[in-house]
Amino acid sequence: MTTTRQTPVLHLVTCGSVDDGKSTLIGRLLAETNSVPLDQLEYARQTRRGGSTIPVGEVDFSLLTDGLEAEREQGITIDVAYRHMNLPNGRRVLIADAPGHEQYTRNMAVAASNGDVAVLLVDAARGVRPQTHRHLTVCALMGVKTVIIAVNKMDLVGYGQAAFDEVVEVVQTTASRLGVPDVRSIPMSAAVGDNVTSLTNEMPWFDGPSLLESLCDWEPVEDTANKPFRFPVQFIVRAEGNFRGYAGTVVSGEVSRGDEIVVADSGRTAMVDRIVTFDGDLEQAVSGQAVTLTLDHEVDVTRGDLISGVGPTAAQPADRFSADLVWLGEEPLAHGRSYLLVSGSRSVPATVTNVRYRLDVVSGHEHSARLLNMNDVGRVEIATDRPIPMDPYSTSRDTGGFLLVDRVTADTVAAGLTRHAMRRSFNVVPHSYDVDHEARVRLMGHEGKVVWLTGLPGSGKSSIADAAVRRLHALGVHTYVLDGDNVRTGLNKDLGFTPEDRAENVRRVAEVSKLMMDSGLVVFVALVSPYRSDRLSAKELFGQGEFLEVHVDTSVEVCAQRDPKGLYAKAAAGSLPNMTGMGQAYEVPEQPDLILHGVGDIEASVTALTIAILGE
Amino acid sequence: MSQTTVPYEAVLDELEAEAIHIYRETAAAFRDPVLLYSIGKDSSVLLHLALKAFAPAGLPFPLMHVDTTWKFQEMIAFRDKRVAELGLDLRISTNEEARTEGVSPFSHGTHEYTRIMKTVALRAGIDRYGFDAAIGGARRDEERSRAKERIFSLREPGHRWDPRKQRPEFWRTANTTLSEGQSMRVFPLSNWTELDVWRYIQREAIDIPTLYFAKERPVVERDGALIMVDDDRFPLRDGEVVQMRSVRFRTLGCYPLTGAVESTADNLSDLIAEMENSTMSERAGRLIDGEGGGSMEAKKAEGYF
Repeated sequence: MTTTRQTPVLHLVTCGSVDDGKSTLIGRLLAETNSVPLDQLEYARQTRRGGSTIPVGEVDFSLLTDGLEAEREQGITIDVAYRHMNLPNGRRVLIADAPGHEQYTRNMAVAASNGDVAVLLVDAARGVRPQTHRHLTVCALMGVKTVIIAVNKMDLVGYGQAAFDEVVEVVQTTASRLGVPDVRSIPMSAAVGDNVTSLTNEMPWFDGPSLLESLCDWEPVEDTANKPFRFPVQFIVRAEGNFRGYAGTVVSGEVSRGDEIVVADSGRTAMVDRIVTFDGDLEQAVSGQAVTLTLDHEVDVTRGDLISGVGPTAAQPADRFSADLVWLGEEPLAHGRSYLLVSGSRSVPATVTNVRYRLDVVSGHEHSARLLNMNDVGRVEIATDRPIPMDPYSTSRDTGGFLLVDRVTADTVAAGLTRHAMRRSFNVVPHSYDVDHEARVRLMGHEGKVVWLTGLPGSGKSSIADAAVRRLHALGVHTYVLDGDNVRTGLNKDLGFTPEDRAENVRRVAEVSKLMMDSGLVVFVALVSPYRSDRLSAKELFGQGEFLEVHVDTSVEVCAQRDPKGLYAKAAAGSLPNMTGMGQAYEVPEQPDLILHGVGDIEASVTALTIAILGE
Repeated sequence: MSQTTVPYEAVLDELEAEAIHIYRETAAAFRDPVLLYSIGKDSSVLLHLALKAFAPAGLPFPLMHVDTTWKFQEMIAFRDKRVAELGLDLRISTNEEARTEGVSPFSHGTHEYTRIMKTVALRAGIDRYGFDAAIGGARRDEERSRAKERIFSLREPGHRWDPRKQRPEFWRTANTTLSEGQSMRVFPLSNWTELDVWRYIQREAIDIPTLYFAKERPVVERDGALIMVDDDRFPLRDGEVVQMRSVRFRTLGCYPLTGAVESTADNLSDLIAEMENSTMSERAGRLIDGEGGGSMEAKKAEGYF
C-alpha cells in the first residue's frame, strides 16, 4: 500500500452561475482532458436547448454538465453534481458543481465542504456581483484554501487588461479580509477556449498559467501529516482469538505502532498494539487511511469515541461550543429545541442556546438576530447533553464539523463549524480511575440503579420509597433515598418553585443520583418533578437499564384528601401559588417504566418495584 | 513550482479507503443492511472491499441477488461458486408470480420487463427481509443523472426516490438517521470510474466472470446490437442467424438485453488497454437505458437501483 500523503485527489469546487459561463467552462475542461465519453460528446454536438446560439455540429460544452430531467422539467435545483477529471500529473480531480442561484448558499456550502480549490467565475463584462462575494465568503468559511479567480468572457471586453485588473482587485480585497491563504487569477474565455487548458495569443499581457496548468501546479496549502492525530471509531471489529479492534479512518495526523493514545471521551490512555488491514499490519497509518487499531490493554471504547494523540494537541471534551451554522432546513432554527448533533460517527442531543449574530455573506457584516432561516449563516452557542471532544474547524474539518439533525423528521437542518469550546468544561479533563464502576459492582454484588418516583405532592412517593428500601435492605441491597423535601434543606436550599428553579432542582438531583449509582447504590429519587422535559433530561444522563421512571399515579382529589404535609390546605388558602396540581400543571409521564398507585396495597407496589430492580 | 506526479496506485488507495469508510459507517449505523450483489465487475469489487472493511472478521451483513431468471448461465454458476468459497449468506429475490405468468424480455417491452423482474423483485426482497439499508455498486460516471446521486441516498416509504428530500452531504459525516418507513441506498463506489474498477480488479487480482473476456460466442445481430444466444429460450426472428464471433461484455445483466462488443481482449491487460482507447460510455451496451435522456432517472424514481 502506498502512502496517501501525496493527496491523490484534488477536490475542486466551481462557483458561479450559468450566466457566468460555468457549465461551459467545466464542460470544456472535461472534454479537453478526455474525461467525457464520445457518445456524450456527440449528444452535446447534436442536442440544442432553447436559446442556444451554438450551431448544431459544434459541441455545446454546457450540455455535458446538464442536470437531471426532473430538474430541467420542474425548474428545481438539486444541490451538487459531482464529476471527475484526470490531470496530466496523474492527480484525480473531483469536481463539485453547485448551482449558482443566489439563494443557494446551502448548495455552495455542500460543494465547498470538501473543497481544496475553488474556481470563482466572474463575467468580465458584468464585473463583480453580490454573489461573487457570497460564494467567496462561503468557500472561505468552509475551509477552502486556494481560490482561483477565473475572469471569464474576456473576448467580450476585447481582451483588455483593465477589465481583468478591476475584477481581481475587488475580489482580492475580499479574499484578504477572509484570510484565504492562496489566491490566483486567470483571464479566460471558456466559450472560445482561451487560457482554459492552454495559453492564448489573445492576451499577451498575461504570462500564465492556464487554468489546467494552475491545477497541475497545486499542492496542499497545509501539510496534513503535521496535524494532531485524530481517529473517530466507526465500528468495533470482533473476531476469533479474542480479537477486538477499532475500525475507522485517520482523519488527521498519523499514528504508529507503540504510540500512546487517549480515548478523548473517557480520558483513558493506551498504546497502539497493531495497525491492522486486510493486506497485513502496518507500522504507520496516515491521514486518509482506513485501518483497524488494536490497543495493548482493554479499555472501554465504543462507536463514536475519538481516539487522539496525547500531549498538548490531545482532543478535549466540552459541552458548550461556539460555532458557525449554515442553516439548511426549511423550518428556521428553533431556540432551545433539542437537535441531534452528528459529527463523524458520533451523535449526541444538543441545543442551540444562543444566536450571537447573523453574517451578511455579501458585506461580511454581523447583524444581531434571534433566529436563522434557510441559507442564513450565523454564529451560535451550542450545548451538548454530554461532553464531547470537538476540534476547532480550522484544525480538522472532520472533527470540527458537524450536522444538526431534526429528531422527528430526521432531516439535516444545519451544517456546523466549531470555532472553540466554551467556559468551564474546557479545562476539565476527566481523570479515569482504575477502580471503576465494574469493580464496585463486583464488590457490591449488584448493579447500581436509579428509581425515579414522580407524582403529585402527597401522592405517596416517600411512603413507597420508604417501604421499598426496607425490603431491599433486608435482601442485602445497598440503597439510598433522595427525597425532594430533604434535598431542599441542603443542596438545593437556594432554589424556589418557579419552572426554572424546578428544572435546576431536577438537574442537580439527577446528577447526584448518577454519582451515587456509579458508586454502586440503588438510589430512590422521590421528587414531584412535574415537567416532562426535565425528566427526559434526567433520563438522558443514564444508560440503558440504569434508570427506571416510576409514576406514582394518585388523583389530585385523593392527594388533597391525604395531604400529609398540609400543602393542599395552604394552596386552597392561596398561600402556595406554585403548588403542582393546583397553581402549576403536572405533566403525566407518557411511557413510564412502571405505574404504581399511591393508595391501596403498598406491599404489592414494593413487590413490583423489587422485581423491576432485581429481576424475577 | 513543484511538479508532483501522483501514481495511479495512490488514487486507487484513496478510493479504496473512502469505500471502506462508507462500509463501516453503514454496518454500524443501520439495523439491517444488505449488500446487493449483481455478480458483475462492480459487485466483485464491492464484495472485495467489504471483505477488506471488516477483516479479520467476516461480513456483518448478508448479500442479496435479484435474480430475473434471465441472467447469463455463467453468472449464476459464478455467483454460487463465490458464495461457497467465501461462506457468504446469500438471499435471492425473484418475482415468482411474474415468472409463473411467463414475463420475459420477449413478452414485454424492456422497460416493463425491467420494472417487473428487477425493480419489483428488488423492492419485495428488501421488504421481505426488512433491510433498512441496501448497498449497491452504482457510480457517478455511469450516466448523466447519476452525477447528482448521493453516497447515502434516501428512499421514502415505498422505496420512492424524491429528489427534494435528498440530504446534503458534508465532509465524511453522513446523516444516517431514518424516520418511519424510510430506507437508505448506499453507494461506496460513487467516486470510482469504470477504468478505476478495472485497474483495481487487476491490482487486487479479483475474481470476475469470464464473460468480460473475449471468446468465440454464439451471437445474433438484433436492433444494431450483438446478443448472445445463451440458452434455448431465445426465439430467433426470421432471417436471424446465430454466428460464432469473438466478443466480450462490458456490463453483465439479462442476456437478451445485454449487447456484446467485438473484441479479442482475452486477458485483463488487453482489456484495460482496449478500455483506455474506448470512446463510448459503458451503458451504451445496455438496452434498458436508451429510452429517452432521463430514462435511468425515471426508473430510479420507481425504485430501480
